[in-house]
Amino acid sequence: MNKMTVSRRSILKTGLKAGAAGLAASALPFGLARAQSPITLGAVYVGPRDDFGWNQAHAVAMDILKQVPGVTVIEEENVPETDAVAQSMESMINLDGANLILATSFGYYKPFVVETAKKYPDVQFRHAAPLWNADTDPKNAGSYFCYLNQAHYVDGVAAGLCTKSNKIGFVAAKPIPSVLSNINSVLLGAKSTNPDATVQVIFTGEWSLPVREAEAANALIDAGCDVITCHVDSPKVVIQTAESRGAKSCGHNASQAPLAPNGFITGAEYKWETIYKIYADDLAKGEELPNFIAGGYHNDMLRNTAYGAGATPEAMKAADAAIEGLKAKKPIYVGPLKDNKGNVVIEGTMDNYDPVLDGMNYLLEGVQGSIT
Amino acid sequence: MNHSELFIVLIAMIGGAIRVSTPFMFVALGETLTEKSGRINLGLEGNLVLGAMVAYAGSYTTGSAWLGVLMAGCSGLVLGAMHGYICKLPKVNDIAVGIAFMSFGTGLAFFFGKPYIQPLAPKLQAIPLGFWSSDPNIAQALQVNPLFFVGIALAIFMWWALANTRWGLIVRMTGDSAASARAMGVSVDLVRLLATAVGGFMAGVGGAFLSLYYPGSWNEGLSSGQGLMAVALVIFARWDPIKCVYAALLFGAAGALGPSLQSIGISQGYYFFNAAPYILTLFIMIASARSKSAAREVPGELSLAK
Repeated sequence: MNKMTVSRRSILKTGLKAGAAGLAASALPFGLARAQSPITLGAVYVGPRDDFGWNQAHAVAMDILKQVPGVTVIEEENVPETDAVAQSMESMINLDGANLILATSFGYYKPFVVETAKKYPDVQFRHAAPLWNADTDPKNAGSYFCYLNQAHYVDGVAAGLCTKSNKIGFVAAKPIPSVLSNINSVLLGAKSTNPDATVQVIFTGEWSLPVREAEAANALIDAGCDVITCHVDSPKVVIQTAESRGAKSCGHNASQAPLAPNGFITGAEYKWETIYKIYADDLAKGEELPNFIAGGYHNDMLRNTAYGAGATPEAMKAADAAIEGLKAKKPIYVGPLKDNKGNVVIEGTMDNYDPVLDGMNYLLEGVQGSIT
Repeated sequence: MNHSELFIVLIAMIGGAIRVSTPFMFVALGETLTEKSGRINLGLEGNLVLGAMVAYAGSYTTGSAWLGVLMAGCSGLVLGAMHGYICKLPKVNDIAVGIAFMSFGTGLAFFFGKPYIQPLAPKLQAIPLGFWSSDPNIAQALQVNPLFFVGIALAIFMWWALANTRWGLIVRMTGDSAASARAMGVSVDLVRLLATAVGGFMAGVGGAFLSLYYPGSWNEGLSSGQGLMAVALVIFARWDPIKCVYAALLFGAAGALGPSLQSIGISQGYYFFNAAPYILTLFIMIASARSKSAAREVPGELSLAK
């Protein structure tokens, strides 16, 4: 049904354009055609917008944008990484008049965002992962990304002072660079305050598998970990399991503080609203949107969840100091660092935004676990 | 792997069997009853997900987890009865209806479940059977939910009742030969409708375990196909309620293998260990279905057997 209407509309649109060749709308540089009309942002989520995780982090930011005068926000949740996302984006453009599409899930980008961007050159597309390629991808598309590992580093700093067993448990989904960087950053953070601290990681193999996530959290606690953190789509189950076993916990993606009234320390959170406000402002002024935004603590794109009952006063003090350091771009990866197989993987000091780190494929010495 | 590490894995597998098996057990028992009456309800995944949602919502609004369990069962009963009624109509294929009901049940649960993702509902309490042990891991592994025992008792009751009661005989007869049941004056459609509805009730209760005990919260990825797997377990258990319990326990234990091996440091090849339950099921299925006597255990009226 939906597909049919959309394709008929696009045929009409193409026909009109051909007839009115040379008319301003299609000849203007991208992004300006609709600059005078009200700003409509369309966000597509892969899961429910209140999942205590990745999607909620985006939805919270969109809720803040709803308060900005002149900005209309439309959202669609549970959109799979298939042709369905192309249809959702097209209906947001054709039926709701969206000027900017925010595609928030990794698998949306190729081919769906790229193809739809080529089809609608007047509409802007931004995708939440560093995948945009200036040479091959359309100029009305782009990427935005935050280095969450900085906030995980802060988690580690606090966790190192909260653990009694010196073992921090990490429930991870898949061994991709951003997940590995979060694990390694927790380790380096913990080691900065507690040289004896180690991190034990269990990979579940999937982004959302609640029963196995609960099993993994239980197994880590059984193995002696007394602080649990994670990188899965929805950390709800992991945090709840840790709380019910009496372990402390650090969050991921969004605030999970209400789930663990006794053991929550702090959590790594995105501050997407900073980026979304930049987009909305640029659209309002009729300026070109930046194609690539990457951020972290130094440009106000991350935050740590307010400390919970699990955080000791020393941990809070150390974590606050770590945040100040990161705002001043203090490096996390200070070499020489070995991976957990004994090879030197980082020789010198790395800038927190060094592109080499985007290809991380190792776990550092001090992490128990394997990526294969 | 030294002695104490083997012990940790063993404890984790026993714990996993107890924690994870209950929903499989309930869905498999429900499906056994339905299939014994000669019909297949593939839609129990929908019952499981809807049951999980209704239980969480019920527990949240009434404040009583057990009332939530009952409401979950009733939601499953309604879905099962609808399946049973539609399959009664002429020229309707029960497998196709089942697939439709799977989507219907999950869709309904997602639609009405939205407001219940965030709030925290009262959960079912466990019985601490590991109180005698000073080892916290054993104590934790033996935290057993009452529904686990209800499931085992239900299996024993079903096994006894199917073999020894008049009702059990009628169910088996409609399942093996509808013609003889009609000759006896039994309404085949009514028996199947009731068997599907009661089977649906059980699957709904299984869903309540997911959202109210382990992992213990409502979200849309909660079941991740467990209801479908449990339907496969019925064939694996050769339509025997007692074997359903074994199958569910085995499946739970195998599922705990992946995480617990990683926790003792055997972290290479976790994708393989995570697939262990499915590989195991496949092998036992091949082994058990090959015997000549296996064919006799299939209810004769099942569209599988025809």
